[in-house]
Amino acid sequence: MEKSLGWNGKSLKSMLEESEKFFEDTGCYYAIENLTLKEEDPFKFERNYASLRGALVSARETALHVAASPIVKEIGELCFALYTPEGDSIVVSTGILVHVHTMSEAVKFMIREDYEEDPGINPGDIFLNNDPDCGNVHTTDVQTLIPIFWEEELIGWAGGVTHQIDTGGITPGHDLMAAIQRFDDGVYYTCRKIGSNDKIWKDHMINAKRSVRTPMYWELDEKCRLAGDLMIRDSVMEFIKREGIDYYKRFIREAIEEGRRVFLERVKERSIPGRYRAASFIDAPFKEQAWQPIAKINAISNQPLEIIVKENGTLSLSFDGANAAKHNAYNCGKGAMEGGQWVLLTQILIYGDKVNDGAYFAVEKNYPLGTWANPGDPYLSYQTPWGNLIPAYTGMMKCLSYGLFSRGYREEVVSGYGITGDAIQGGGIFIEGPLEGQRWSLSTFEISGQGLGASAVKDGLNYGYAMWNPEADLGDVETWELFQGGVPYLARKLKPNTAGFGKYRGGSAFAGIGIVAYSKEVDFFGARDGLVFHGAAGMHGGYPNATGYRLYAKNTNMKEIIKNRGEYPLGDPYPENGEFEKYLQGDIIRKPYCTIYPVNLQNSDIFYYMQSGGPGYGDPLERKTELIKKDLHDEIYTKDIVFKVFGVVTEYDDNKGEWIIDEIATQTRREKLHNERKENSMTFEEFWKQERSKITDNRLSEHVNAMYSESLELSDKWAKEFREFWKFPADFKMEVK
Amino acid sequence: MAKYDKKTIERLINGDLTWNELKPIISGRKDPDRFENVLEILQEKVPWKEKIILPLHEHLYIVSKNEQRIVKCDCGYEFGDYQENWKTKCRIRVRDTVDEIEELYPKYMGCDCDWEELREYFCPGCFTLLDVEAVPPGYPTIFNFLPDIDTFYEKWLGRKAPDK
Repeated sequence: MEKSLGWNGKSLKSMLEESEKFFEDTGCYYAIENLTLKEEDPFKFERNYASLRGALVSARETALHVAASPIVKEIGELCFALYTPEGDSIVVSTGILVHVHTMSEAVKFMIREDYEEDPGINPGDIFLNNDPDCGNVHTTDVQTLIPIFWEEELIGWAGGVTHQIDTGGITPGHDLMAAIQRFDDGVYYTCRKIGSNDKIWKDHMINAKRSVRTPMYWELDEKCRLAGDLMIRDSVMEFIKREGIDYYKRFIREAIEEGRRVFLERVKERSIPGRYRAASFIDAPFKEQAWQPIAKINAISNQPLEIIVKENGTLSLSFDGANAAKHNAYNCGKGAMEGGQWVLLTQILIYGDKVNDGAYFAVEKNYPLGTWANPGDPYLSYQTPWGNLIPAYTGMMKCLSYGLFSRGYREEVVSGYGITGDAIQGGGIFIEGPLEGQRWSLSTFEISGQGLGASAVKDGLNYGYAMWNPEADLGDVETWELFQGGVPYLARKLKPNTAGFGKYRGGSAFAGIGIVAYSKEVDFFGARDGLVFHGAAGMHGGYPNATGYRLYAKNTNMKEIIKNRGEYPLGDPYPENGEFEKYLQGDIIRKPYCTIYPVNLQNSDIFYYMQSGGPGYGDPLERKTELIKKDLHDEIYTKDIVFKVFGVVTEYDDNKGEWIIDEIATQTRREKLHNERKENSMTFEEFWKQERSKITDNRLSEHVNAMYSESLELSDKWAKEFREFWKFPADFKMEVK
Repeated sequence: MAKYDKKTIERLINGDLTWNELKPIISGRKDPDRFENVLEILQEKVPWKEKIILPLHEHLYIVSKNEQRIVKCDCGYEFGDYQENWKTKCRIRVRDTVDEIEELYPKYMGCDCDWEELREYFCPGCFTLLDVEAVPPGYPTIFNFLPDIDTFYEKWLGRKAPDK
């Protein structure tokens, strides 16, 4: 065996084991009890941390201009991180922070699998990973990792990740709906060595480009990630030349331990110890849609979240009670679960200061085996874990917000966020024009501009939030059309009534319409909540934001309309009285669900897609009428919804060009709604009997029944609470219909 | 160290701060005396005398009454022991039909009642809407938040809770 790569002759594996033992024994990262370097010279310590952070941000900003696909370049769907030899993140760039801990798991995977011995880890080696079962979210996120050496010791890793438009899955797209097993997810690189001497091997690049539908973007992004990693390595070398290797080795340990302590201090500063709970859900309506017999089921995910804020400021987070993993694309590996948690913690609690894996060490987790949160089966599909991740972690935002509220920091409260959908996808082949014969891919990243939930003092942000990337940006139509040229835009505008109702409303969302053109073999599909409200509803009396639905038209007369310069749909503000039905001839398809398997579209077919608003906060009857007036002007809500939900009576004054609130009629309307609450509500005892009878009288739908049955099987604790709540016997089970 | 005057915190609570006033409060370091200041303002605001131990909700407080810690609405309605889920004392409306969902949401833009229902929890005293749950039929009522009051006061704030 060759000489070990770790410090002082140790193997990387023994360094990782030692690090874990240190933490277990002392509760401190790497048994660092005193931040000696920081105490001795805090200015030097902070200057050095800032220099590394600056280097990573610079690597990200530079690399995406060196070479990158449109998604990466337009909205910065990439990030970089620097790791310890054992894979713990020290410092991160800006960007899709969901990935900082995912790459950490990839490094640990390589160490545990003895990569040191075989295939070997050498200076200049390049590793590629996109396997969700060993440190990734889904195959579409592709990671490049390089080891960093000082003399003969491995002193760390640089990692970069970008989001691909396509990775060669069962259908075109980046969040596939038709994937039900690993073999549908696209090309898998499981921590694979793909280069040496700082050069990507030619055979790898040939193979990779022939494995995906968008080879040019794949190559550009591989170069982008490697360029950033090399810049980070250079910065680390400069750091060590400046400060010495001994300082660097101690510095990285202290930086992570400080990150852990910052997290604990922030929790103690802003939260309240105690137990927090929320429950979120998402629909997977595939019974009538799936091609594969085993996948023909309707399913609803149970996503119960419990967070315990402990006396010492650490958090314990558990999805105990989650229901079973499925033959669909929504399964989550550990990397996905850690990533989702991490990206929200960085937004809610640990922004600024030392953003690194210190926070990871301050949170205990429970992702129960066999559930969607930890299937324990690498052969299932993990292609779209976001289907579970995004709604499930709304619960985390809500739980932490209960603490922030009680502590008095009402401005930090966020009731939740919109799901990052409608994630429309697909692709086709150009049949005319300069790109004739080439494939195009529908993969708009407009999804990174959704509505944020309301806070306890203001409305939510409109079309400006994505839970996985704190730098949300819905991008420019012109850029998206560069690579999805087969579906030019017909319209993009605000979608009314998407914002969750409340004293403070959720952020609003927008919608778009595309037309298929110049193409053949066009697949189209999309994904978001439809039959359930995604996430954990609103907060303190606020309502969930509206659900999505599916609308498209086939065999249309759009050619004729264009020729005659006629009117065509620009939106769907009133689904009951739709513009599609008004202006188009053809087959108009409306579905109450939004997540669909791919359908085939022809030239001149058009599709509509709507993004997600955010949930509301507080009782809608307490919303100030002047805010309602502004909502109407901004087309956040329509007149009928304002009347029905907020109890506000309005008329549009054509002469003045403004909405006029009838304050007296509004007062009467609000009193009426208030009285209806008395008439239409019941006591808890009545509610309990009524609700229990839905179970005992066998009135639950097949999918809801299956959800309970799975959760009861998978968790003794959740099952016990369920049975006790409904006063069922200890051996009560739900029969699967 | 940030510090805000009472008027500013009052306006924050009432949702009256402009964005230009609010933004620096969100972006800046937090004022460590916020909890005490908010408590003082809320105590002056509520129409009853019981000592507030912890603000729990926009309208609910954990208060001390007859040596017990109970949840109380600002309207005066008392929900009982804070360790029990206050929602079990609420008046409740379940929206589990298409018509009831479409009283609030446009067609296609609400849940399908075979999959999920909306539950509205009202204060039995003032009928303010206190919570909305969107859950599948048959889901147990969710107990949102059970604070560990004495640990908070004694270990984090370094003093006894107001009722101790």
